[in-house]
Amino acid sequence: MNKIVDLEELLQIEPYSLSHVEKEDVLTIGLKELTKVHYQKSEKYKRMMDAIGLDVDKISSYYDLPFLPVRMFKELELLSVPKEEIVKTMTSSGTSGQQVSKIFLDRETSSNQTKVLTKIVSNFIGKKRVPMLILDSSSVVKDRTMFSARGAGILGFSMFGSKRIYALDEKMQLDIENITIFLEEHKDETIFMFGFTFMVWQHFYKELLKSEYRPNLSKAILIHGGGWKKLQNESVSPDEFKIKLNEVCGIDKNRIHDYYGMVEQTGTIYMECECGHLHASNFSDIIVRRSSDFSVADFGEKGIIEVVSLLPKSYPGHTLLTEDEGIVLGEDDCKCGRKGKYFNVIGRIKNAEIRGCSDTYATKFK
Amino acid sequence: MQQNLNEITFLFSDSGKLENIRERSSDEIFPDMGIAFLSALSNELMKSPKVRQFSDVATFAFFCRKANLLALKKKYSEDSIRLGRGVVFHVAPSNVPVNFAYSMVAGILSGNINIVRVPSKLFEQVDLICDAIQKITLTSEFNEFGNRLFLVRYDRQSTVTDFLSSICDVRVIWGGDDTIEQIRKSAIPARSYDVTFADRYSLAAINANKFIHEQNTAKIAEDFYNDTYLFDQNACSAPRLIIWNGEKDNIFKAKEMFWNAIQIKIEKYELSPILSVDKLSAMYLQSQDTAKIKRELPVNNKLWRINVSELTNDIDKNRCAGGYFIEYDACSLKELKAIVNRKYQTLAYYGFEIKELSKLVREMKFTGIDRIVPIGKTTEFSLTWDGYDLINVLSRKCMIL
Repeated sequence: MNKIVDLEELLQIEPYSLSHVEKEDVLTIGLKELTKVHYQKSEKYKRMMDAIGLDVDKISSYYDLPFLPVRMFKELELLSVPKEEIVKTMTSSGTSGQQVSKIFLDRETSSNQTKVLTKIVSNFIGKKRVPMLILDSSSVVKDRTMFSARGAGILGFSMFGSKRIYALDEKMQLDIENITIFLEEHKDETIFMFGFTFMVWQHFYKELLKSEYRPNLSKAILIHGGGWKKLQNESVSPDEFKIKLNEVCGIDKNRIHDYYGMVEQTGTIYMECECGHLHASNFSDIIVRRSSDFSVADFGEKGIIEVVSLLPKSYPGHTLLTEDEGIVLGEDDCKCGRKGKYFNVIGRIKNAEIRGCSDTYATKFK
Repeated sequence: MQQNLNEITFLFSDSGKLENIRERSSDEIFPDMGIAFLSALSNELMKSPKVRQFSDVATFAFFCRKANLLALKKKYSEDSIRLGRGVVFHVAPSNVPVNFAYSMVAGILSGNINIVRVPSKLFEQVDLICDAIQKITLTSEFNEFGNRLFLVRYDRQSTVTDFLSSICDVRVIWGGDDTIEQIRKSAIPARSYDVTFADRYSLAAINANKFIHEQNTAKIAEDFYNDTYLFDQNACSAPRLIIWNGEKDNIFKAKEMFWNAIQIKIEKYELSPILSVDKLSAMYLQSQDTAKIKRELPVNNKLWRINVSELTNDIDKNRCAGGYFIEYDACSLKELKAIVNRKYQTLAYYGFEIKELSKLVREMKFTGIDRIVPIGKTTEFSLTWDGYDLINVLSRKCMIL
């Protein structure tokens, strides 16, 4: 019960307002409570916690709570409510042949995700709904029974749009005619653009560059996510990404915001501020850990990213060890004025080059 | 068929010599020329200053010394005639540098003509051995060897495997279940057969009553390290399960002595970051098994110990590279009967008598376990491997009545 009250209270205040002392309390109480809930309601989670001999009452900080590797959601179906109460099952966008994560949401968790996402995103685009240009194809969200990460992202962010169009047609071609009409209709308004980083680059930026078309998006704001892996392969840096986009559509570089998030913790995303740093909101946190012993890394030290979130109640995903590496740059003192930790994500942990006589072992866990 | 020969990189010999390969005769087992060749290789490697950096190459060179080969030969001396089967095509595993060389040795000592696919990954050890072979075959004594030995590398996607399979009498496949499945898609002639080294599972048994009196735990730790961490605990012979036997108090004490020594030994072991996540995942997955588990609080992520309350027959699916050990306190080694299946390969031991181990195997008739060796000897190559006597399996017996 305690926890619900906290979340309601948190929704009343600004999303980046808690200093680390206040946040430590809020997260410790909330996450310990969630640990207990999952322990009671999920037999699988209980077995895991029993294996490490967890005694939640002895834990004094959320830094000391056990964390599950995100890949557990690929290996096992983990949920903490009866199956009948599941209203949505989210899946990760694994490439073919890979196992996908399955995240089970009940009404409460799903609704909290929406509320928190709104709270966080409003901090960047304002509380009013604005015309939205989705930098993707409508075909991505056609099947609504199974939510892929890309589809879920688009649907999740769509609630910020007063009117929405897709910039790409079914064949992933840039729909210049449609965009022109849309921008003409909303000439003097802020336009909210949303898309996945690689899609934005590949199907929006590159196609604009090829065409003669130069839309005026100087009043637009772009939120994009999904990771840099593919762009790193093309040697496109975050800075270059912004500069090039500005060149083709006039968007202000300070109004391009990357975000870090994952389907396992939808809602509590980490938005990039005007200084180019990803930020933890009041509802969640990141902890960078040393791979050698999982101890907490210093600020400025590279390590494996753990994400904690107050939202996951229908599945035990409140404390998760990702397979991403990152660096915490600081806490409460980013020049943008937002409190909380700010950090960079470096990318995925490299696959190990292990020795041994079985050729395939290293690929089994991927 | 010939056109795909230019997809092959020859580290020794050349494509021209592959022609008519099946018309060349094989030798009797332990041929003089083969022994001379291998001992020359041994000498050449021992001379190289670089070899000292690679203990696996040094061990290989030591294995190939003349005295050892002659000693091995003695074990096979019998009145009947044994000849190599002909052409042996060896597919070596991609991530063990020196395995290809041992496979080659078995092929040579059994009198065959050998085509060896070396690891696809580049290893200095492979270069060292190939360079040494190049060098010794420049002498007149061995310049004919290019007709009998081919060391090759090629893209796995190519049709080269089809071709080499079509000309072999025996195909030796290392590298685990998936590789075997892949290679078997290429047909071999009717009288040919495969010798396969599939994925295996290995364990260790320690007699705690004896271990508590061990004076040199550092030596045991080093032996155990060589069995496990040296190959990232990912060799099929690397123990993953440790069976403790003895009085309860002794087990408690022995574990402390043993793992403390290991912890010191692995200080310099480098653990890839992803393996830390792998271990955490493996442990949580294992917690879903029927047997209750308890993780010992690790000093760091290089060594994880998982205690199980009972031996259940699914225990061998829990494996993780880089220092993940499952422990069980047994009243008797007979309890192994509950878990040992065909996948089980090596049982490493400490503090048991050969006699009692022989009795155990005879009595229990395990469906698996092909090797029972002291701790420290699990990776030691032997002409009997995975239950195969390689000399016999790679040769044919000509019966004369």
